[in-house]
Formats: sequence, structure tokens, C-alpha cells
Amino acid sequence: MRFRRVWSLFRVRNNEFFRDRAALGWNFLFPVLVVFGFAFAFSGPSQKMFKVDVVGQDSPGLARDFLALPSVSSIGVKSVDEGLPKLRRHQVDMVLDAESVPPRYWINDSSPKGALLEKLLAAKPADSGFQRQTVEGREIRYVDWLIAGLLGMNMMFGSLFGVGYVIVRYRKSGVLKRLKATPIKPIEFVLAQVLSRLWIVLFTAVLVYAGTNFFLKFQMHGSYLTLFLVAAIGALSLISLGLVVAARTASEEFAGGLLNMLSSPMMFLSGVWFSLEGAHPVVQAFAKIFPLTHLVDAARLVMTEGAGMAQVAPQLSILGVSAVVFLALGAWSFRWE
Amino acid sequence: MATVLEARGLIKQFKNSRAVDGIDLVFPEGRCFGLLGPNGAGKTTTVEMLEGILAPTSGEVLYRGHPLDADFRKKSGIQFQNTALPDYLRVREALVLFRGFYDHGRSIEELLKACSLEDLVDRDIKKLSGGQRQRLLLALALVSDPDVVFLDEPTTGLDPQARRNFWDLVRKIKSEGKTVVLTTHYMEEAYILCDEIAILDRGRVIAQGSPDKLLREQFAGALVEIDVAAVSQELRLALPQPLFEREGRFEIPCASPAAIVRVLTEGGADLSSLRIRSQTLEDLFLVLTGQELRG
Repeated sequence: MRFRRVWSLFRVRNNEFFRDRAALGWNFLFPVLVVFGFAFAFSGPSQKMFKVDVVGQDSPGLARDFLALPSVSSIGVKSVDEGLPKLRRHQVDMVLDAESVPPRYWINDSSPKGALLEKLLAAKPADSGFQRQTVEGREIRYVDWLIAGLLGMNMMFGSLFGVGYVIVRYRKSGVLKRLKATPIKPIEFVLAQVLSRLWIVLFTAVLVYAGTNFFLKFQMHGSYLTLFLVAAIGALSLISLGLVVAARTASEEFAGGLLNMLSSPMMFLSGVWFSLEGAHPVVQAFAKIFPLTHLVDAARLVMTEGAGMAQVAPQLSILGVSAVVFLALGAWSFRWE
Repeated sequence: MATVLEARGLIKQFKNSRAVDGIDLVFPEGRCFGLLGPNGAGKTTTVEMLEGILAPTSGEVLYRGHPLDADFRKKSGIQFQNTALPDYLRVREALVLFRGFYDHGRSIEELLKACSLEDLVDRDIKKLSGGQRQRLLLALALVSDPDVVFLDEPTTGLDPQARRNFWDLVRKIKSEGKTVVLTTHYMEEAYILCDEIAILDRGRVIAQGSPDKLLREQFAGALVEIDVAAVSQELRLALPQPLFEREGRFEIPCASPAAIVRVLTEGGADLSSLRIRSQTLEDLFLVLTGQELRG
């Protein structure tokens, strides 16, 4: 293998992408529009003013008068540990534990709603005797949670179609036949395509993130290096999957169908738009076969919970192994014709 | 003269048809060898097996006495009939890209000059005219300074001026001592460029030799042409065979035109459309295959 040949093809493929102005503009504009669209669509107040996680809904010590208030919506949870992370992220405003002795409640000191709820609780004499506890944590907006999913989805489309569709087009138009008549080896061609797409997908993702972050100031609790690594290995896995589709297919329609068959379920089942926590266990298990699920999962852990390399190691390993398997399969089955 | 390329018993069987049905050819060094035939005769299939792009069903191709191997890619330059390049590529970039595939070869400047592309270096290849595009594809075929150059219908669709310019380039390549394998369905092109031709029909070689030799072998004399309308039914039966009808005219190859003219005169034909000319490869083709080359 000659790196010079890979480099020649890598540069040509990059040029092809960056010189197609219309497609280039759309590649950047589309994800930005989606991010801003969701940021504004979900920035309004929720219907009930206050959300309270309650442990022990059947306990005699429950603050029934307080929870019966029309502006309070209560959600039953199994343990305090389940409610506290949500409280830290401002997804709920209070956690109430009626099972403990004495009964306790938690509020988030940085949430004004928590202070108001505390007053409401104190105003119900029948519900007195609760002990005050506090947690700290900034609010997580839907867009803070969503950004990892949106960028992941955009990378998924760019990776699958950018390699899958382009190679099939090359094959159909005769570019591959011309290359076959040169000393280029299949592995050199495949490597150039994968590397070029990896560079393009990451470049786009970084630019879209930086551009939208400038206005929306996403919560980022982890390290950018870890996040970048998650993105890079995830993209490599998705690109290699696209390569498997394109390795022998000669029809653009067929390739398009296959790519849609892969991308559509990923778009809806990989946790891009909503968390799969409450979904049917079968759906949850099924979603695990998609690289995008692990990519979004890991990116979200890094961003919203500040997870380090060790905490996202399981996801990184799955993505890394799948990338190697897909890449090997794609390169092995690749044909010029 | 050394043999550069040799085809032995080439057969290519596709699912429903036998495109090439047993072809043996020898390509001497430094010559331009033409493969002629009507559409579907098996020219492109044959040339792609010679290039090593297509594997024969049976038979073999030898380059300087050895079966084709990976090294042959460096020794051969190919201009396909239908070829595509990546989009948004400029002329110089295309040459740099292909030059990068080879360890040895010609310099970009040399190639630009050799193929008259100096004024087009920064042109988007999509914006090239037909002739300019073919010159670029030729330059790409020459980038490794190959021993053998394959040109598959390189002038199809070009206007006469562009075609003539292209012929000059091919002559230049020949003068450098390279072996050229050319497929074409333009008889004039084959006559002007080729030292030797093989005429293919239905996957077989039906005639082979230098253009002049083939013409001499097949045609002793001249060709008499006259409008079909000028010849009555009875007179037509009186004319000697073979007799071809092409584009509203009868064509009668013959050793002695005087005899034919006498028959026509005595038969009362209107001689205003009569013409006597020497035979061309086009006529030869008609005689050999019974069909027109571009039919």
C-alpha cells in the first residue's frame, strides 16, 4: 500500500465535497436549522408549573394536601436515587421521600421553583414534619439533551450516504473502472474514501456544534477530547457500515433503499429525539444493534453528566469493534465492477 | 519485430451471448493495430480482455510472453469508450491525481503539451468540449509513459476537425515507438492510423492484414455506382454479382468498369448518376460482413 496514492484520492474526494456549493451549504445549514428549531420549540413553560418526584406514594406520612395542589404534578419513583439526578438537572423541582423517618424533601438551591415549592409545602400544616435537604445542579434544557442526538443523526446520514451512495455512483458512472485500470489497490481506494468522509463528517459536526453553541451555550460537563473521540469512533463505525452497503452494489436505487433501511430505524430508535428509558424492553434491546445508539448514548453521558473516558468505555468499545468489523467486511468484499 | 501483446483463443461468454468467440491476435511492437467491426461485433469486449480489465472465459493474453499481471497496469495506458472522473476536478488536478498513482511516468507539463491542454489547465473537466475531453483522457492514458496504449473508439462523436486533431496526437504517440491498439468504426480513421487491422464480426476475426493488403486481396478493380432508380428490373438481373444496394444506389465491385458500363448503356440506363471510384475499407467491410459499419 502506498500512502501517496491514498492521499491523492483523499484530496480529490475532499475537493469534490467542498466544491459542490449547494450540497455543502445544505450540509451545514440543515443541522443548524434543526438545532435552533428545537431550541425554540421547547423553550416554553410546561403545562403544570411544578414537578415532584415522590417516593412511597402509599405511605401514611404522604403530604397529600400539598400534592393535591392544582399546580403540582407528582410522579411516583422507586427511590430517592432515581429522583435526585433529575432534580440536579432541573427536570423535576422537588423530590419527596415519605418512607423515611422523619420524611424528607430535596430541592435544588439554584432553582427558584424549588424555593416556591418549599413555601407551598410549609403552608400546609397537615404536611409538616418534613426535613429539608438540598442538591446542586444547573438546569438541563431539552436542547442540551437533544444536541448530541441531532449531531449524531447528522453524522449518521453523512457517513452512510456519503460513502455508500458516492461509491455506488462512482461504480455506475465508470470512475471505478477507470481506477481499476491503474495500479491503485482496492484497499487504497477504500481507505481514501473512509478517511475523506471521516474528515468531512467531523469537520461538519465541529462547525455546527461551535456555531450553535455560540448562541445556545450548551451544557458541557465533560471534556471535549472525550466527546471528539466518541464522535470520531462513532463516525468511523457508521462510515464503515456505509462501505459494506457500497462494496458490491451497482444500482443507486438499490443502495438508496438499503441505506434508508439502515438510517430510518436509527433515526427513530437510537434515542435521538427522546430517551428510550421508558420504551418496551424489546425496543431497547433492538436499539442496541445500531452504532448510533451507542454514539448518542456516550456523547450525552459526556455532555450532561461529565462522564470521562472510563465511563464511556463500554460504548467506545462497541463502536470501535463494530468499526473494525464493518471496515474489514467492506474492504474484503469490495469490487471495482 | 518483437511481439508486445498476444491473444490466444480468447472466448468471452456472457449469460445469454458469446461476445467473443475464439480470437487469436498478435500485436507487433511500435505498430498501430486497429480492431474494426460494427456495433456489437465484440470490439470492446476483446479490447477489455487485452487490457486485463475483463477476464476471458477461456484463452489467455500474453504481454511480452508472460500472462498479464499487476505490473501490466504500469506498462499500459487505457482510454475507455465511456469513462467518468470524479466531479469538480480541473484538468491539471486530474493529471496530478493519475500521475500520483504511478512511481514513474511523464511530467504534468510534458503531458499538457503533448495533448495540447496548456490553455485548459484550470478548466473544470465537466466544461470541456468533446475533443478537449478526449485529449485529457488520452493524456491520462499516457501519464505512466506506457508501452502499450489502448484507445477504445476515441473519436466517436467528435466533429471532423477535432477528429483530425486527435489523429495527429495518435501519430505522435506512434512516432515515440509505442504500440497502439485502436478500436473504431470509422474506416477512414483505421486507414489513416493503422498499420494493421483486424475486422471483427459476431465475435470472430473475419479478415486481418494491412489496410492496403486487405483492399488488394478483396478488390481487383474498381467500384461502379449508379442510382437504383436509373436501373430497370430487367437490367438489374443482367448486372453481375455481387451487387450491393446502399443509400439508394447500386454498388458493383468489378475488375473492369468498362464491361459494366457497356451493360448499363445497352440496357438503356440513365448514366447521369454513374460514378466509378476505387474501393475503400468501408466497401470491404460491406463485402465481408454484408452490413454497414455504422448500421
